[in-house]
Parts: sequence; structure tokens; C-alpha cells
Amino acid sequence: MKATFLALAGAALLTAACSSKSDNSNGNGTSPATAQITGAGSTFVYPVLAAWSADYARQTGTAINYQSIGSGAGVSQIKAGTVDFGATDQPLDPKELADSGLAQFPIVIGGVVPVVNIPGIDAGKLKLTGTVLADIYAGKIKQWNDPAIGTINAGVALPNAAITVVHRSDGSGTSFNFTHYLSQVSPSWKSGPGEGKSVNWPTGVGGKGNEGVAGYVKQIPNSIGYVEYAYVLQNHMAFAQLQNAAGNFVAPSAATFQAAAAGADWKNAKDFFLVMTNAAGANAYPITATTFIVMHRQPKDKARSDAALNFFRWALEKGQPQAQKLDYVPLPADLVGQIESYVGASIQ
Amino acid sequence: MTAPLTAAPRNGAGGDRAFASITAGAAWFVLILLGAAAASMAWGGRLAFETFGWGFITSRDWDPVAGRFGALVPIYGTIVTSLLALVIAVPVSIGIALFLTDIAPRWLRGPIGMAIELLAAIPSIIYGMWGLFVFAPFMAAHVEPWLSDHLGTAPLIGAMFVGPPIGIGLLTASIVLGIMIIPFIATVSRDVFSAVPPQLKEAAVALGSTRWEILSRVTLPYTRSAIVGAMFLGLGRALGETMAVTFVLGNAHDLSLSLLMPSNSIAAAIANEFTEADTELYRSSLIALAFLLFVVTFIVLTIARLMLMRIGRNQGRTH
Repeated sequence: MKATFLALAGAALLTAACSSKSDNSNGNGTSPATAQITGAGSTFVYPVLAAWSADYARQTGTAINYQSIGSGAGVSQIKAGTVDFGATDQPLDPKELADSGLAQFPIVIGGVVPVVNIPGIDAGKLKLTGTVLADIYAGKIKQWNDPAIGTINAGVALPNAAITVVHRSDGSGTSFNFTHYLSQVSPSWKSGPGEGKSVNWPTGVGGKGNEGVAGYVKQIPNSIGYVEYAYVLQNHMAFAQLQNAAGNFVAPSAATFQAAAAGADWKNAKDFFLVMTNAAGANAYPITATTFIVMHRQPKDKARSDAALNFFRWALEKGQPQAQKLDYVPLPADLVGQIESYVGASIQ
Repeated sequence: MTAPLTAAPRNGAGGDRAFASITAGAAWFVLILLGAAAASMAWGGRLAFETFGWGFITSRDWDPVAGRFGALVPIYGTIVTSLLALVIAVPVSIGIALFLTDIAPRWLRGPIGMAIELLAAIPSIIYGMWGLFVFAPFMAAHVEPWLSDHLGTAPLIGAMFVGPPIGIGLLTASIVLGIMIIPFIATVSRDVFSAVPPQLKEAAVALGSTRWEILSRVTLPYTRSAIVGAMFLGLGRALGETMAVTFVLGNAHDLSLSLLMPSNSIAAAIANEFTEADTELYRSSLIALAFLLFVVTFIVLTIARLMLMRIGRNQGRTH
């Protein structure tokens, strides 16, 4: 395991070194001390990190090499000290952070969206509550015309057809946020499969990655799955509205994700240890997910750590339009302020 | 003239010895590599074996949250899909090989042979994507409804064909695997069929044999052990296949008799879950799965050897 990580990190360093060399040969010699930053982790955040690092390298000459190898592997790498930062969709609790001398802060927000493929039902037409969603995934509700679904969908013609449940087959932050939400709203889900990056799914088929789940849902009539918001937009999938903690049915959108982020109690969350599912707020989307950056509090190489922090500061202040273009949601302004004071206080 | 003659054997003998030790080194290298791989997987999986004991093999649990792991479902899925793939691929492959060696006109043999060899070069992820986007919808719309309507209520085999026709599951995975291993079995079969001495076939023709009689009494008996070898080459590939199976098997840790239901295989489970296996026990269980794949393959190959030996003995008795 460790050998693999070292090999991976070695490869990362090599590519970083090569790319910086080519930068220099392009005549970008005006920037002082061209640096490389290495990071690893969440696949969810990869598209926006890639876009940011391209822009940032053009502006400052600092190259960011990010390996999207999964949240769990990213955390292992930052603990082992082979990268300058890790990225994870599942926040580490303050005790684990303290034990490993790490600090964490949110960088970008997204949402996990239930999608359906029911002939005749368009995007946003189907409404679901948290308990109904949990019972579907638990295999307790087996038919689309089940009265539990019918009572919240008056006027929608639901077919007399068996529901095919689609979940992720690989461990993922998407599954973590989804099952975390189900555990919040359904006691029987909490005591049964529980929450985690992979759980013991009571029923259904598993697709690999967001694209695998999206593919299965599009292929299988009368199926239901869950994917990241960007996949809903790119694949024009039929999402379902979800009932939030305030009792309103909300559709996934940048506005409802931001409402959830604004309603979340970040002020009292030590080390930003907060999962935003089932957030308060009249317009808050209930399965809003956050990607966190994890870094060492006392880095071995201060110059590289500072370079990474400069990059994230730039991303939080200037990179948000780019994030929006890629269907991520910027952090609320007061949360950005809170992150900057946290980083200043805890990372040397 | 005499001096070189006496010198030549001595030089040759030196070269022979060097050649022998090089080839022996290559052979031993494979053995050592195999032993080292098995040992390191057993070592990596020791935590799982220590924690669960024999229960690891007999348990159908797979609960990463509670930390309970069992290998029964992936082992079952691996064996069922591979054997079914073999059942599909062997008749087709032997048919292709016979057509190419005995029946096809000479000008057609090159292009078809080439096409089959090219099939073997297609990356498995392409088979997987084809399976997911093209073949699974076809199975869901046309084949599986028919199967569950007509065979689902039949006695004995009915349980194998019940379930929702979603196009993803053991049957689809087996057929895709079968298509993937056809080139391996077909090319080896073609090569051994063309190695059958023409005199034998000519003699059979002279005795008035039909094509079927030549096939069943001359070609197949003559090449039997090589054909069994080809089958197990294909089976070995099917057992370890990862990407294509991941796409169409459904990756669900469910144990079901029905071929229409999703299941899991050892290789697919490892590929899916390794990156995010964040506890020691989880990771160790996945490595233990890899070790079990090794054991399963070893058992299958041993059975193949025993079968070959029995065929040889029976032949000795009857002829």
C-alpha cells in the first residue's frame, strides 16, 4: 500500500517537475522561483481544481499537480506527508485532525441529487421526502405506485412498475453525503445500513462512479439513482424534488445549495467539521455536499505549504466565477472570511 | 579439419549449458514470482483471515460501515460468470476454428483469422461500455422478458430466470465475458486443428467418412488435450476479467440463484472499492479477496489437469 502511494507521489512529482520545466522554456521567466504544489484526493473537486490551476499557473507561474485518486486515498497521502494538500468530501473530525496535526477548511459546495427514469415523468415533477427516499433505498417501497409516494405526488401518474434502485459500487464522497442524509431523516436507515463512503446496500445495482450511476439510470426504465449536480445538468436527467427540514419541496440549483450553506452553523463547527445535509432554511437543499482541503498545521516545507495556501486564497477570492461555470457553488462571503481567519490562526 | 571438429562440441556444450541455465532461470523466475505474489497477498489479507477465520469464505455479509466482510458473493459471482462464459464460448470457438481449417475457402481464411485476432486486442473497457450502452438495453428489452415469461415458471430451472428485466446481471456479464474469450480459444483451436496430420484426415476420407465423422473421430480426439488447454486459457482470462464485468454485472453484494439478478465478482469488487477502503480491515479484506481469486484459479486449473489425466486413462482403457 505504502509503496504504491510512494510510487504515485513520485510520479506526481515527476510530472510536476516536467510541467514546470516547460513553463520556463515558454519564456515565463519573469515569475520568481517557479514552484510546484502537489495534492491528492476527491474526484468530485477535480474539474474545478484543474480549471483553477491552469489559470493560476498562467498568472503566477505556480503549477498545481492534483491527483484525483479518491477522498480516502487523499487523506492517507496527506497523513503520510507525500503531498502538500489533500481533498476529501467527508470531513475529518477534530480529534483525528489533532492526532495527525492537520487542519481542514471547505473549498467548494455541490449537491447530491436523486434522479429517476420513469417514462412520462419529466425533470422536477416527482417529489420525494427523506423517509420515502430512505424506504426506497432500503427496499421497503418496491413499486412506483406505492401509496407512500402517491400521497405526496397528487396528480402525477405513477406507473405500476417495480423500482430499480441504483447506487455507487465504489466508495465515494457522494455516497457518504447521500447516506448521511438518509441517516438524518430515517431512524431505520441509521440503525440499518448507516452512513459511509460505501455501505451494505440492502437492494439494487451498483454503478462505478457518477457516470456509471447516470448510465444505469438512463438505461433502466423505472430506476432511481443519485449523482452529483453537474451530472444532472450535463446528462439532462430527470431529477426529483426533495423535502427539506423546513418542510418545503426544493429542486437542486445553485440558489438552494447556497441557501443550505448559509443556513448551516459554520460558526460553531470546530475545524469546519460539519456535513450540510438536512440543513435548516426555508429554501435549503437537503443533500448539499462540501469538499474540504486538508493540510498540515506545521508543514515540513513551509514554502510549499504557503504556496498552496496562496493558491486556495486566490481560488476562494477570485476563482468563484470559474467554479460557477463548472456548476459548482461558491462559498458564502462570510464563510470565506471565517476560513481566512482560521487558516491564518492554525496553519504556520 | 579435425581440430575444429573436436573443438566444436566443447564450445557448443558451453553454449548449451549457458542456454540451459538462462531458460531454467526464466522458468524459476515465473515460479518465484508466483510464489511471492501469493505470499504477499496472503500476508496482506492476514488481518481479514485472522478476524473472520473460515467465516470469511462462507459469509455473504459485506458491510463496510460495521466492518463485517465475507467473500461468498464475489466468489460465487466470479465462478458462475466464468463457467457460463466458457459454456457459451467453447462451442462457438471450436466452430470458428473448424470452419477456418476445414470448410472455409482458402481466400477467406486470412481475413477471418485476422479479424478474430484483432478481437483479442480490443481493450476490455470497450467491451464493458458496449455491454452497458448497447447490449444491456437489448437484453432488457428483448431477451430477459422472454426468459422470465417462458422459463421463469418452469420447474427446477425456473429459479434461475426470475427477477426484473433490467439487462444488468449475471447472464449479461457471462455473455459479454464469453464474447471476450472467444478469440483466445478460437485462435489456439485453429492452430492445433491445422496441426492435425493431413494423412489422418485423408485416410478418414478414403474410408468414406463424412465431415462430422472426421471431426468427431479424428480431429477432436487428436487435439483433445490442446483444446482443453485452450479452454482453460480462456477460463483463466474470464476469472480475472475486471472492467467489462464491472460495467454489466451490477456490483451488488447479493446472493441470488437467478441469472437475471446483479451480483459481484472478486476482481470487480477490488477495482471498485480499493481506492476508498479507509480502514485496515477493509483493505485487508480486499487483498484477502485477491488471494482467494488466486486459490480459486489454482483449484480450477488443478481440476483441469485431473480431467486431462482421466481422459488419457479412459482412452488407454477403451482403445
